[in-house]
Amino acid sequence: MAAKTFVGVFDSDHAVLAAARAARKKGLDIRDAYTPFPVHGMDDALGLPPSWLSRACFALGASGLAFALGFQYWVSLFNWPMNIGGKPFDASPALIPIAFEITVLVAGVGTVVTLLVFRGLLPGRVSPFSGLGATDDKFLLVIDGEAEEALRSFYKEHGAVRVEAVDGGAR
Amino acid sequence: MSNSHVSSLREPLVDGVKDLGQITRDVCDPLDAAPTTAWYAAFAAALCALSYGAVMVIHQVWTGIGAWGLNKTVGWSWDITNFVFWVGIGHAGTLISAILFLFRQKWRTSINRSAEAMTIFAVMCAGIFPLIHMGRPWLAYWVMPYPNPMGPLWVNFRSPLLWDVFAISTYFIISATFWFVGLIPDLATMRDRLPEGWRKKAFGIASLGWSGSHRTWSHYEMVYLLLAGLATPLVFSVHTIVSFDFATSVIPGWHATIFPPYFVCGAIFSGFAMVLTLMIIARKVMNFEGYITLRHIDAICKVILLTSMIVGLAYSTELLTAYYSSNHYERFAFINRIKGPFAGFYWMMVFCNVLVPQILWSERIRRDVRVLFVVSILINVGMWLERFVIITISLHRDFLPSSWTGYSPTYVEIGTYIGSFGLFFTCFLLFCRVLPMIAISEVKGVLSYARDDKNKESLHGR
Repeated sequence: MAAKTFVGVFDSDHAVLAAARAARKKGLDIRDAYTPFPVHGMDDALGLPPSWLSRACFALGASGLAFALGFQYWVSLFNWPMNIGGKPFDASPALIPIAFEITVLVAGVGTVVTLLVFRGLLPGRVSPFSGLGATDDKFLLVIDGEAEEALRSFYKEHGAVRVEAVDGGAR
Repeated sequence: MSNSHVSSLREPLVDGVKDLGQITRDVCDPLDAAPTTAWYAAFAAALCALSYGAVMVIHQVWTGIGAWGLNKTVGWSWDITNFVFWVGIGHAGTLISAILFLFRQKWRTSINRSAEAMTIFAVMCAGIFPLIHMGRPWLAYWVMPYPNPMGPLWVNFRSPLLWDVFAISTYFIISATFWFVGLIPDLATMRDRLPEGWRKKAFGIASLGWSGSHRTWSHYEMVYLLLAGLATPLVFSVHTIVSFDFATSVIPGWHATIFPPYFVCGAIFSGFAMVLTLMIIARKVMNFEGYITLRHIDAICKVILLTSMIVGLAYSTELLTAYYSSNHYERFAFINRIKGPFAGFYWMMVFCNVLVPQILWSERIRRDVRVLFVVSILINVGMWLERFVIITISLHRDFLPSSWTGYSPTYVEIGTYIGSFGLFFTCFLLFCRVLPMIAISEVKGVLSYARDDKNKESLHGR
């Protein structure tokens, strides 16, 4: 029997969380959960590591800072030194505001772009399972597996209101 | 929700027993229905103001900024007053969306979307004034450092006015990004409930294929937290840099180290007053009284009361500093403020910003929306006057009595200011009609807040 994908539809965040925890305990192959809002505790239930995007954000911010400071120093000291009231060319405090703004800009926009590209959130993408209400009031737990009967009874046991089987596509 | 703290001391954030589907319907249904007559009336008025402002701007660009009432002594007046006024209003949106998020103030969820929209539109209005003040706005890109063939030629990175360019543009881009990131899940909610048609297609493109996948939520929440962490120092930096425009000059009344905290606090104060004005209207017009509850109004009032007193402290500190400095010019600048030809504006400002908010000590008044509406308008007026007092009164009597002048705005300046309100309300009214005004996914997350467990079970249909 070929591997299939099963979608259990739940009515509440407690139910889907309990089901996800039980599925993980049983060693089932959980593909994902689809919820209208982030269900806290689901990270552990799905065994997800903490997001690495915080490190990406730090790296982006650091490169933004380095670029902004480097560029301002290059302009002020080498490319176009301007004498304004005899003030020093490398007046570091005066370069801080722009360096800070560019740091925030690169870190903020860069992190969002990283998230969108990494998670495939791009214009024209079609959302899977969009008819099942996961953006409204339903909570989905998606499990890959071969034993259809066992999975169906697992879902029912944990309070799923509906179970759908779909052909297992690419992850 | 597993992390909600059930408390008998706190009021629920959402009034009335609602289930998750009802939240979706309550927020989205008004967008599917035809606009009300009140909306059409408001939109027509806003559009009129916007068109009038547009004509005034064209007139000013055509004839030059001599069309304004400025003179050699008063080089900045309504233009920069309006700029600082609008930037300040924007700050409350970021405060609500970022700082209250970091402090885990869950009551922010039902007002953060519209407050962020307010930020974006207010910054757009603010941007108009320096742009047209340039006189030749088609050369506005000269303020950006770009590779050019004019020899080595760069902007002056040591100028506070250039810092302002970077601060305001970064603020606009980050606020818009933050707003859009928050909108993605709700755009998907809209997409999934709309019938086939162009709106479904548009929401489908804008929602970027959002599915509610928890693997995405997990990263999404991290990104939201990071953006909040970045936007928090950003919002402080923006008004600090705006205050540097004044504080780094040598004009008495401007040259003060108190300016950055004083400006930031004033910005939060005026922004919350504008949030209060908009929320009182929106909860009534859009029937969101169950979401934007009296508890929210009450919390906004407490922030206003706190910032009002900080602003009052700043006013008195300024006076004390002027007296204690023994500086002839500094002392005169403040005597001129409280006794000079524009003294009426100063005392009106003190009345609106320091005295009027004191009535918010009363809990009964903090929950009386009609009184609060009047209070919020008075604070908006007071905060506009504050910027006028700082800018115009400090300038009009400078070091040499022979160059002292008066100032009065021309109809062009007044028309441009009216036009900026037109732009703000046109954008805000369109936003109310097109996008979900309340962060649906966030409100769903706090639905069970401060409800007891028994009630919580029934809410989720078990």
